[in-house]
Amino acid sequence: MDDTNLAIAVTGLHKSFGRTRALDGLDLTVTQGEIHGFLGPNGSGKTTTIRVLLGLLKADAGTATLLGGDPWTDVASLHRRLAYVPGDVNLWPNLSGGEVIDLLGRLRGGLDTRRREQLIERFDLDPRKKGRTYSKGNRQKVAIIAALASNVELLLLDEPTAGLDPLMEATFRRTIEEEREQGRTVLLSSHILAEVEALCDRVSIIRGGKTVETGTLAELRHLTRTSITAELAGPADGLHTMADVHDLHVEGSRVRFDVETHSLDAALRQLTAIGVRSLVSQPPTLEELFLRHYTEETARANGKATTS
Amino acid sequence: MTALAGTGELVRLALRRDRVTLPLWLAVLGLMPALVANAYAGLYPTEALRAPLTAMVGSNPALAVLLGPAYDLSTPGGFTAWRVLGFLSVVTALLVIFTVTQNTRAEEETARHELLVSGVVGRHAPLTAAVVVATAAAAGAGLLATAALLAVGLPMPGSLAFGAALAGVGWVFTGIAAITAQLVAFGRTANGIATGVLGASFLLRGLGDASPRASWLSWLSPIGWAQQLRPFAQERWWVLALPVAATVLTLAVGYLLLAHRDAGAGILPQRLGRASAPPSLHSAFALAWRLHRGPLAGWTVGAALAGTAFGAVAIGVGDLITENPAMREIFRRMVDSTLVIEAFLAQIARMFGMVAAFYGVQAALRAHGEEVVTRVEPLLATTVTRWRFAASHLVFALAGTAVVLAAAGLAAGIAHGLRAGDVAGYAGRMLAATQVQLPAIWLVVGVAAALFGLVPRRISAAWAAAAGFVLLALLGPALNLDPLLVDVSPFSHVSQLPVADLAIAPLAWLTLIAVALLAVGLVAFRRRDIA
Repeated sequence: MDDTNLAIAVTGLHKSFGRTRALDGLDLTVTQGEIHGFLGPNGSGKTTTIRVLLGLLKADAGTATLLGGDPWTDVASLHRRLAYVPGDVNLWPNLSGGEVIDLLGRLRGGLDTRRREQLIERFDLDPRKKGRTYSKGNRQKVAIIAALASNVELLLLDEPTAGLDPLMEATFRRTIEEEREQGRTVLLSSHILAEVEALCDRVSIIRGGKTVETGTLAELRHLTRTSITAELAGPADGLHTMADVHDLHVEGSRVRFDVETHSLDAALRQLTAIGVRSLVSQPPTLEELFLRHYTEETARANGKATTS
Repeated sequence: MTALAGTGELVRLALRRDRVTLPLWLAVLGLMPALVANAYAGLYPTEALRAPLTAMVGSNPALAVLLGPAYDLSTPGGFTAWRVLGFLSVVTALLVIFTVTQNTRAEEETARHELLVSGVVGRHAPLTAAVVVATAAAAGAGLLATAALLAVGLPMPGSLAFGAALAGVGWVFTGIAAITAQLVAFGRTANGIATGVLGASFLLRGLGDASPRASWLSWLSPIGWAQQLRPFAQERWWVLALPVAATVLTLAVGYLLLAHRDAGAGILPQRLGRASAPPSLHSAFALAWRLHRGPLAGWTVGAALAGTAFGAVAIGVGDLITENPAMREIFRRMVDSTLVIEAFLAQIARMFGMVAAFYGVQAALRAHGEEVVTRVEPLLATTVTRWRFAASHLVFALAGTAVVLAAAGLAAGIAHGLRAGDVAGYAGRMLAATQVQLPAIWLVVGVAAALFGLVPRRISAAWAAAAGFVLLALLGPALNLDPLLVDVSPFSHVSQLPVADLAIAPLAWLTLIAVALLAVGLVAFRRRDIA
């Protein structure tokens, strides 16, 4: 991949807070113009990564390049080209939502007033209310509108829809689709899988401060297992010796097993050799994909806790 | 009582959060009276020196306005009550105000509160827990003071009255803070209103104590009640009924207001703001101005009122004092001059400098406050640099104090000038006398900035530094402390205008140290992680 095409290039990022290791060699590559899903269990280092990219934290080791610059040293010039929505938005109590949107836009170097009005209407926000009187969802909307009404190249969104109702979430998706058409790059940290599935070109899954998977959703699906249930014409020979077949259950002529997606072809050939009466194949859902990564993390953490 | 469910847990939580600061406050409050009582014998070793003190000081409205009425200064107890009771009452009141607000309104502003009340915590539990902790802290301060006074050999009734007076002030302000915490939606505003009531209490009793015709004013002030109890001077125990009644009344009002408002909301309505920002709101400094203008206006108005009050009574500083060698001695210790009125003016200019230092710390700490509530993050994600962000708040700590001091100095100068027939002259001299305090305040602000950059978790040490410097300069001479120790305080190096000549060198040094501390703080802040 050509480096000048990269909006974000992070390699081997390390960051510790005291004895807690938040990032442990994290890699992240986001190309210009893509919407990149950033996934991982709570505490896996997503927010820490974004805060390093914003120059709020100094990494202990590794390199991070943002829009061709160094996020720690080129703060002002880089921040003119990006907008950020934090996961937990806190507004100034004596400023109205409208004032916050304008202020943050101006501090970023300008704001598209027509887009601002459009977004305020679309997200159904009363911009005259003061910071403290907004609900969590409405505070989130203020931050989203402030970020999206700016003419920037890169959007860093840290769980932006946490606290939004389903209607507003749909509005958010529609708006991000428009951003994609404008050619903007988006790094979207999210727990809402449907949102990721609908929006993201590529995703990175991290856990324990490390990147465990990166790729398009199709590529990631490829890495997982497909469930097969079949009625066979003869005895289920040869299946249990195949390396990529897991959880094989045989009840008479009926077999049930999971197979790594890249060995699906071989497994099916084996089945047709025996003779197939009926077959149900279930492709992996995104949910299963994530759950596998998330639960492996929990299992590993639990294992650690008991052995240490 | 389901409304009180969980109170015990919240009390424990509050005590845990304050496990370091609360004992420190209590130690200062409890030990200070005993230290002063102990120093009395050294300051006034003979009966001949002690006997005329009461008459002399009692006829001096300048001292009355600062410290309170002098009932009987011929004993260590009576002297101690006169010298420190008013001052320690203010400290006790501040302690309980901060405690109540921190555990009620300030907590309610955070998401933590919802987490707590959604558990098994009753509607009245947070306020009750805060009231329990604050009243217990006030009682603890009183008990410690009583015990320490008894330990240095003072009589029982007076020691008890002193402790009760201190606790009484704490209880009344617990009730007042319980009300202000319900009135407005922000802890900062609630603290501001409650400290405003405290300032008014101090001023009312000062005016009442200084002018015999208006002595009823002292009876409007909880601090006045503490002094009217007359510890060590034929205690008037019935006066204790006043703080007790006021506490019950204010607490009742507080609970009544609590029952009539929604969680997170105040009783005073929130107005709608503007739909879009005015063109002026376009920079970090413009934002800082929006955040600082309210407190700055409050401090400036308060300073002008206090300046007017003190300036108005300055002319009444008695002729008796100039004839009395022992009194001259006290004043000489403080201001190196026998020009008593000017010495008094110098003394109040100094006091304004010390009080303004707390505004400086408050303004400087706002930068850290913004960081803690994660409002700095979206700001630093724009083109605002860390330097600009920190500077936008520090400029109010540095220049805002100049404004507050100018208001106090001009008001005092004009008020005194009107009575002395030289408005322009005194206005100018008092302006100079207050502005000359700035380098010392800047040094305190520098300490706050350095802490902010280097050890943000320990930033509250800035308050301790400010209070420590003030205490050293204020009580050091009365405690006969080693001059070297008193010199640690920057306030000990400020020229006492208008009586003394202006010494530039110490001010230049103070400014230089302040600049160095600010630089350290800013450089460290640029290098550290944002919380």
